[in-house]
Amino acid sequence: MENTVSQQEKLKQLTEKELNKPKFTAKEFKRQWVLIAISAVYVIYGIIFYYLPLIGWIMAFQNFKYYDGIAGSKFVGLDKFKFLFSDKTFLLVIRNTFAMGALNLFFSTVMAIVFAILLNEVRNRHFKKTIQTISYLPHFLSWIIVVAIVHDALTSTGIINELLLKFGIVDKAYPFLGDPNMFWGIVTFSHLWKETGWNAIIYLAAITAIDPCLYESAAIDGAGRFQKMWYITLPSLRPTIIILLIMNMGNVLNAGFELQYLLGNGLVQSVSKTIDIYVLDWALNARNTDYSLGTAAGIFKTAVSLALIFLTNTIAKKTGDERLF
Amino acid sequence: MNDEIALQKPLNHKRKMATEDIIFTIFNTIFLVLFAVVTLYPVLNTLAYSFNEGNDAVRGGIHLLPRRWSLDNYKEILFERPGIRQGFIVTLGRTVLGTFTALAANALLSFILSRKKFLFKSSLSLFWVITMYASGGLIPVLILFRYLHLTSSFWVYIIPGMVSAFNLMVLRTYMEGIPDSLEESAQLEGAGYMRIFWSIITPLCKPVYATIALFVAVYHWNAWFDAMLYNRFDPQFTTLQYELRKLLDSVSASTGQTSGTAVTEAAANTITPITVRAAATIATMAPIIALYPFLQRYFVTGLTIGGVKE
Repeated sequence: MENTVSQQEKLKQLTEKELNKPKFTAKEFKRQWVLIAISAVYVIYGIIFYYLPLIGWIMAFQNFKYYDGIAGSKFVGLDKFKFLFSDKTFLLVIRNTFAMGALNLFFSTVMAIVFAILLNEVRNRHFKKTIQTISYLPHFLSWIIVVAIVHDALTSTGIINELLLKFGIVDKAYPFLGDPNMFWGIVTFSHLWKETGWNAIIYLAAITAIDPCLYESAAIDGAGRFQKMWYITLPSLRPTIIILLIMNMGNVLNAGFELQYLLGNGLVQSVSKTIDIYVLDWALNARNTDYSLGTAAGIFKTAVSLALIFLTNTIAKKTGDERLF
Repeated sequence: MNDEIALQKPLNHKRKMATEDIIFTIFNTIFLVLFAVVTLYPVLNTLAYSFNEGNDAVRGGIHLLPRRWSLDNYKEILFERPGIRQGFIVTLGRTVLGTFTALAANALLSFILSRKKFLFKSSLSLFWVITMYASGGLIPVLILFRYLHLTSSFWVYIIPGMVSAFNLMVLRTYMEGIPDSLEESAQLEGAGYMRIFWSIITPLCKPVYATIALFVAVYHWNAWFDAMLYNRFDPQFTTLQYELRKLLDSVSASTGQTSGTAVTEAAANTITPITVRAAATIATMAPIIALYPFLQRYFVTGLTIGGVKE
C-alpha cells in the first residue's frame, strides 16, 4: 500500500522534473547571465576553500617539507601509511576514537528518544515548555564552558565529590579527572548533558506528527500508557531514528575532538587521545612536525567515515527502511 | 493539573488504568525535574561563585548563593586582563562581520540554486553537497591558509567559513517553498533576478534569515579552535573563548595533551582564583543567555527545516 503511494509520488516528481528541465539554449543563457556570472564566482571560492585542500592529500604520499611545497617534496609511496599502522599510539588512538564515538552515538540516541517520549507524556503545558526550554540551553554553550563546568563538578571540592562524601560512598575525594577508567564515561556524560535536549527536538517534532487516531483506537482496544508508547510512539519514530543514525554515522569519528582535547590531561592520555588530536599533534608539535603523517591519518579518518555512511545506508536499504540516498 | 482532568474526562471511556497513570506521572515528573536540576545547577553554581569573594570561596561549600558578595571578580576580568578585553573586541568584530557576510553570501547563492529554471541547478547543487562529505582535513587546510596568507590575520575567521553547504541547504529548502507565481508575475513586469531576490524573496525569507544569522553568530561567539590553530602567536587576533580557555587552563589540571605533565590542583589554584574563572565563564555565557529566547524560537525552525525534510 505504502509502496504504491510512494511510487506514484515518484512518478509525479519525475514528470514535474521533466517539465522544469532547463533547456540549454542561447536565449536561456542570455536571460540567466546574472545567475551564471554570480555562481561562477562562488565556484571559484568553493574550489579554493573546499576542493584545493583535497589536492593536499598528495602530501600523505610524500615526505612533505613546507618550503619545498607539494611540487618540490619527495614522493615516498605508502611509507607514511605503513608507519601509521605500525605506530602503537595510532592504533590506540583509533580504538579511543571508535569507542568514544560509539558510546556517544548509542547513549545520545537512546537518551534523546527517551527524553522526547517522556516529555511528550506531560500533560501540563507550562511544565513541559519549562523543562524543554531548560533542556537545550547547554547546546548553545561552547565546549570551553562545558569543560569548565564538568571540571568544576568533578574536582576534589566539586559537587559530585561533596555528595559522595556526604552519603558516605567514598571516604576521601575521588580523583575522577585523573582516572583513565572514568574518562570515557565522563566524555559520554558530558555529551549527554550538552546535547540531549537539543537532539530530542527532532524526535519531539516527529512525535507531534503521529496521527492521533492511532492513540484513540489503541485506547479503545484498552491499551495503557506504556503500551501506547511501546506499540505506537516508538515504531512511528523508526524512520526518523534511521535517518538520523545514518547521518550521525558519518560523524562518529568527528565527535572526538574538542571535548577530549580540552578535558584530557597527562594522566589519562592513553584513553583520551583521538585521531584528530593525533593529527593536531603532528601539525603543531614544534620539535617534530610531520605534515605528511598527519595528512595520512586525516585521510584514514575521512575514508572510514564515508565507509560508515555507505554501510549504514546499505543496511537500511536491505531492511527496507528510510535511507539517505 | 486541573485542566488536565477536565480535558481527560470526556475522552476516557474506561478509567481502569488510573493508578498506573498516577504512578507514571509521578515518576515522570520526578525524572524530568531531576533532568532540569542537573542541567541548571552547574550554571547557577558558577554564577554563585562569580559573585563570591575570592579567598572565602577556597573553603568550598558554595551552592546556589554566594556566601560573601563581591564584584571584584568581574572588575578584574573587565579591567585587569588585557587579553580578555582584546578577545572580546575580536570576537565581537568577527561575530558581527562574520554573521553579516555569511548571511549575505549564503542567501544569494541559495537564491540562485533554488531557481527552478537555472541551467546549472543540479550540477552546482552537487558541487556544494560534496563539500559536506569530503573535506581535506586539518593539515592541508592549514597549509593552504599559510600559502594564502590567511594565517596571522583576522580574515581567517571571516572568509573561509563564509559559504557553507549546511546553511545553503536550509536556505534553499525554504526558498523552494515560496510559490513560483510570485517570481513569474514579477518577471512579467520586467523585474530582473537581482530585483526579485531583493524585493520578493528576501522579505519572505526573514524567519529563515534570522535562523541562519543566529546559527552563524553562535558559531562565531563560541569559536576558539581557529584562534589557536591559525593565530596562536598573534595576541591581537585572539578570541574570547580562547582567552577563557587560557585562563581556565592555567588553573585546571589539564595542561593539554602534548605536555604530559599534570599540575597539582593545590599549586595551580594559587594562580587564578576559582571566582575569577567563574566570572569569566559567566561573562562569556551572558550574551548567549540574553539571546536565548530568540535562539530558541529560530533554532528550532532551522532544525526542522534542515533536519526533517519530508
